[in-house]
Amino acid sequence: MRDTRRTERIAFALLFLATIVIVAPVGIILFIVLWHGLPGLSLEFIFSMPREGMRAGGIFPAIIGTLVLTIMTAVFSIPVGILAAIYLNEYAGKNWLTRMVEMAIINLAGIPSIVYGLFGLGLFVAFLNFGTSILAGSLTLAIMTLPVIITATREALNAVPQAFREVSFSLGASRWQTVRGVVLKNAIPGILTGAILGLSRAAGETAPILFTAAAFYLPQLPQSVFDQCMALPYHIYVLSTQVPNVSPKIQYGTVLVLVLMVFMLNIMAAFIRAKFRKRKTW
Amino acid sequence: MKKKYVSGVEFFIEKAIFASGAATILFVVLIFVFLLKEGLSLFSEVSLTSFLFSKNWYPISDPPQFGILPLIMGSILVTFGAIVISVPLGVAAAVYISEVAPKSIRTFLKSGIELLAAIPSIVLGFIGIIFLAPAIRNIFNLSSGLTALAGSIMLAFMALPTIVSIIEDAIVSVPRSYKEGSLALGATHWQTIYKVILPAASSGILAAIMLGIGRVIGETMAVLMITGNAAIMPTSILQPVRTLTATIAAEMGEAVAGSSHYYALFAIGIILFIISFVINLLADMFLHRGKK
Repeated sequence: MRDTRRTERIAFALLFLATIVIVAPVGIILFIVLWHGLPGLSLEFIFSMPREGMRAGGIFPAIIGTLVLTIMTAVFSIPVGILAAIYLNEYAGKNWLTRMVEMAIINLAGIPSIVYGLFGLGLFVAFLNFGTSILAGSLTLAIMTLPVIITATREALNAVPQAFREVSFSLGASRWQTVRGVVLKNAIPGILTGAILGLSRAAGETAPILFTAAAFYLPQLPQSVFDQCMALPYHIYVLSTQVPNVSPKIQYGTVLVLVLMVFMLNIMAAFIRAKFRKRKTW
Repeated sequence: MKKKYVSGVEFFIEKAIFASGAATILFVVLIFVFLLKEGLSLFSEVSLTSFLFSKNWYPISDPPQFGILPLIMGSILVTFGAIVISVPLGVAAAVYISEVAPKSIRTFLKSGIELLAAIPSIVLGFIGIIFLAPAIRNIFNLSSGLTALAGSIMLAFMALPTIVSIIEDAIVSVPRSYKEGSLALGATHWQTIYKVILPAASSGILAAIMLGIGRVIGETMAVLMITGNAAIMPTSILQPVRTLTATIAAEMGEAVAGSSHYYALFAIGIILFIISFVINLLADMFLHRGKK
């Protein structure tokens, strides 16, 4: 008996150790990025153009590029994602079409990001002739983000009790009136959380924009959606592998700005989720 | 009976809802069609067998050679390494978080793992170049630390959030009566975990492994940065390798549209699409089996 207790203690200690091996590096990485990145962070760094082949100056066009790409991705993917989730959760019957849509979403979620990049290159850049542009890049990112938004929205819709719908129907409301007035109203926080998390992933992606939107070095702001743009993730790639002798201050500064942007989105999502949980009465 | 709509708006909204649902199928088809459209052109010049099984990837020599076996082996080696590292760690962490950890640190550990999922892969790649690669170089006395091993370690971390959260779900959905029955028979908590809970959660664990593999095999940027990028047949995990994904990312910029090199990169895309399709199908199967 004492032996089994001792085995248990050792086993639990090992499990704890394994968990720490995963979690500790996260803390260390964030500490390193903050420690080396903060000294490089200044208003000049954020708001000025890169100079001297990106070895000096700021990263303003990359910040704006990532912002514009993310916002346009949101514009394309959120409406379609929410409507598709409404279809699956509120309208679809149990038939082969529903199963096909579900399979499609699972498949979309698993396609490697670089394959999205190829697809964007083939369809948006070449076939539709958008060229390497913000439009092509954000459409590519939008299709990639779609499964995340659909899955999150579905979960949020699913969490609304069935009784709510039945009451609405019994009062004579149509299906869409029920969805709009009852289901969506209660599911909005969950949908927002999921959408923001999906977008935060899109903001940090490099591979899908590699051949569809990203410019290597373009020290000016984009003028239209048919322009190329710099983007923070690609800029990090360029600074760390393509351009020799970039000062660590600039490298880490860029990394820190991207991490802050992505985390801000995540914190926003967590905040909405927390606030909603408190308010929820069912 | 004809359906009546309350208003014209409702009519259009409902059409938009159906269209959006159908659009997901359309997107999958479009992706496959455009990969095929560009990729299949390669096979008028190169046979499928020599594409898949020839050991030479020299896309810009004259004449070019398009054998992706070294790239496939690179992907398999790095993925295998990553799974060997991440699955035991992932199972252990999921068990610890869902069964053992006190409530106070459970939330903390869970947010730590969520945070890991939130870090963009390019950032992990950057940190990997600066810290992980030199560490591997020093430990194993190599000329460069940019190796398959570095890629495996990096990718293991990227796959872990997925693996942990799916296994956690599987553990939580094991009926409580199983656990209580085992404890009532006098088994310790640990005995209950590995004799009752883990076997009951096995299809969730399999699904987690499949999705982990999918995540790892599709990762691009961090792998491109950290595996050393040598398109040669790997013989050891301490050698530089080049994966399927990294090859597309590294070479598409230089490939001329309409050249056989361009088609070859799309053909690699087809291979990746098929691999991810199969893996996700399997994962979905395991998940559904687990729910029954």
